[in-house]
Amino acid sequence: MQVHKYDVVIVGAGGAGMRAAIESGQRARTAVLTKLYPTRSHTGAAQGGMCAALANVEEDNWEWHTFDTIKGGDYLVDQDAAEVMAKEAIDAVLDLEKMGLPFNRTPEGKIDQRRFGGHTRDHGKAPVRRACYAADRTGHMILQTLYQNCVKHNVEFYNEYYVLDLLLVEEDAVRADGTPYKQKRVAGVVSYDLASGELHVFQAKSVVFASGGAGKVFKTTSNAHTLTGDGMGIAFRRGIPLEDMEFFQFHPTGLAGLGILLTEGARGEGAILRNSEGERFMERYAPTIKDLAPRDIVARSMANEVREGRGCGPNKDYVLLDLTHLEPEHIESKLPDITEFARTYLGVEPFTEPVPVYPTAHYAMGGIPTNVEAQVLQDNDTVIPGLFAAGEVACVSVHGSNRLGTNSLLDINVFGKRAGLAAAKYARDAEFVALPEEPEAFTTTLLEDLRNANGTERVAVLRKELQDTMDANVQVFRTAESLQEALDVIKSLRGRYKNVAIQDKGKRFNLDLLEAVELGFLLDMAEVMTTTAMHRKESRGGHYREDFPDRDDVNFMKHSMAYKDADAVSEGTSGIRLETKPVVFTRYQPMERKY
Amino acid sequence: MSTELPEPASVVKLAPGVGGGGEIPKFDITLRVRRYDPEVSEEASWEDFKLTMYGTDRILDALHKVKWEHDGSLSFRRSCAHGVCGSDAMRINGRNRLACKTLLKDLDTSKPITVEAIKGLPVEKDLIVDMEPFFQSYREVMPFLVAKGHEPSKERYQSVEDRERFDDTTKCILCAACTSSCPVFWTDGQYFGPAAIVNAHRFIFDSRDEAGDMRLEILNDKEGVWRCRTTFNCSEACPRGIQVTKAIAEVKQAILARSL
Repeated sequence: MQVHKYDVVIVGAGGAGMRAAIESGQRARTAVLTKLYPTRSHTGAAQGGMCAALANVEEDNWEWHTFDTIKGGDYLVDQDAAEVMAKEAIDAVLDLEKMGLPFNRTPEGKIDQRRFGGHTRDHGKAPVRRACYAADRTGHMILQTLYQNCVKHNVEFYNEYYVLDLLLVEEDAVRADGTPYKQKRVAGVVSYDLASGELHVFQAKSVVFASGGAGKVFKTTSNAHTLTGDGMGIAFRRGIPLEDMEFFQFHPTGLAGLGILLTEGARGEGAILRNSEGERFMERYAPTIKDLAPRDIVARSMANEVREGRGCGPNKDYVLLDLTHLEPEHIESKLPDITEFARTYLGVEPFTEPVPVYPTAHYAMGGIPTNVEAQVLQDNDTVIPGLFAAGEVACVSVHGSNRLGTNSLLDINVFGKRAGLAAAKYARDAEFVALPEEPEAFTTTLLEDLRNANGTERVAVLRKELQDTMDANVQVFRTAESLQEALDVIKSLRGRYKNVAIQDKGKRFNLDLLEAVELGFLLDMAEVMTTTAMHRKESRGGHYREDFPDRDDVNFMKHSMAYKDADAVSEGTSGIRLETKPVVFTRYQPMERKY
Repeated sequence: MSTELPEPASVVKLAPGVGGGGEIPKFDITLRVRRYDPEVSEEASWEDFKLTMYGTDRILDALHKVKWEHDGSLSFRRSCAHGVCGSDAMRINGRNRLACKTLLKDLDTSKPITVEAIKGLPVEKDLIVDMEPFFQSYREVMPFLVAKGHEPSKERYQSVEDRERFDDTTKCILCAACTSSCPVFWTDGQYFGPAAIVNAHRFIFDSRDEAGDMRLEILNDKEGVWRCRTTFNCSEACPRGIQVTKAIAEVKQAILARSL
């Protein structure tokens, strides 16, 4: 085991991690630990754009953007955080342009903007052109630009260092009202070097989690194989709550059967959805903005069309994304990648044929709770000094119960930057917290127990059963019965997980072992998502309960906070304690959400 | 700029069978993988796996089938699984390609399909190579925008034509398929290689950048663009369809134009 010492350690090298590193790296001694080479991160798969009220092509302002974000999140958004994001969006885009990002341009040479779901002019009157973009590879350009600037600033990367534990110490402390409590403080992280199989402990004054999402709990997903909820899982295991985990976004247009993302920008450029009768069905569900309604509404409408027998194909299990009325040259210049995906993976020519699509698991609205300074909270309001989180792993909450398209690329830039600045600032004044005795012990046990496992179960089989049950029971439509079914399966899989076999016993690039560790995180995250979904007996944003189809502001206008707690028992679940946290309101009162 | 379009029809008549579908064909393949694990043996060897696969499956699905159902020790990198992250470049039937973008049905499945690590970089285990020399060359060409003078308070302006000038080379995902297909790179590991030149090109031809001369100087080195023998392997290998050889030729011309 080796021990390293840095002022700031950043976990993850996607958009949020690298945006943080660019700030922190210029101010404090910073290391970025990443499971993947930075340019492999899934920020690179984002396509459509990044919204900011630049007003380059039509009237717009950040207050409209704030409103759209709050309404899009079905009023579960913390409104102070949404204001910060929409306001700082403008500089976030300009920062990227100055770093070199090759945005598409208007005829005058300004950054071009296009329409996106849920982004409107003057509080819902009509779609507005707010998304800044680079063809349909905006995420690729952001990831490359941030990596280029990390190279420029000599940011120190530890590539293929998989962080497996967060080192926290607890101190006795007293609140202002005199009640005693345990204050957590961060001491560092433990990571596993994939190439050598060695453990490395990183002692740090500040730690920033920016490790992305957990989409692989589902079978049909736009997420990369590597998005297994590691960061959320590590925090949860160490007693940090997870906020709003029942809210998972299903992106309407995944390639049918594969889940590969086709950007909402396609609909922004004029594509529409049709059912087996050739009907543009979104006219019925969202009469004003139709196919550009927010993702939860479009995804649910698609699933409903299929359920009512108007799906397409031999199994009537998908709908169609129709681009055939658009000019081929227009598609080629604005959407080159997604048209190639349709050709490569489904053999469909989008210029002349509609493309089979179905909702695909896309984005975790919930995550590690933070305030607007990206500081992690150990409960509803107590900051853990030195610990920060940004991006999909975090929950600020700017997305509430449903994220608007493009707001994730915005989130990683705005809060990634804030996290990097805050982490460097904290490290400048703080002392190192002493490492606990045998800091690697927990991780050594985790890895060696798995490496030496000689059971009868295969990791891939368990993972598939988990993903199948999540797709069947915790997807767009949920009921108490379906959620209970998923919880029962997860419980049984937990038992079987103790009896897995790892075939690769080596040290070097032991990805067999890695997948087994990842499965542990997936099981934890699936259980938290399903448990919180069970307890939210209402429908809001991305969480739709058929047995409770209405939004219930009286009982559920609040965030859920899930804590790992061995003693907690409630409604078919155990080991998770559920609490709630108030939503922050500034100027927008909840209204019925219509488009 | 988006053009205003007329509203599409509320209902259209769909042709029968539109949107694809139908039975997905199933077939048997032999996947022949170059195995290497220095913890087990210093020698690399071929291993065959007989698999039943489907018409929509890719090489990556076949590799996963081996790893998940037959031999968990088979090691390869992958992440996004749809050709944008650049993790899984490998040599498939002797050609550099991404495993997640190569459909089995497009290969000759009557013969064994060979899969091996990309060439010219040290093999670490099975299909995993040490990427560090590749990224070292990338870092040396100053792959970032250098702009002098005062920063504008809003964005820098750039015409649509100026933006288009370097569009092709912005597509690079750093998968190393091009560089590791280059015969010059195989024999001379000091050569910058196509990917580094592509990334230099992306900035040299960006109207906002002011360090073109410095990059041209770097690439005028004896291990720079002049080592390119125009074999077009790189252009054929690029999974993003970048015209790599053309980009290298444009950098060569820029060096010559500058020295005149």
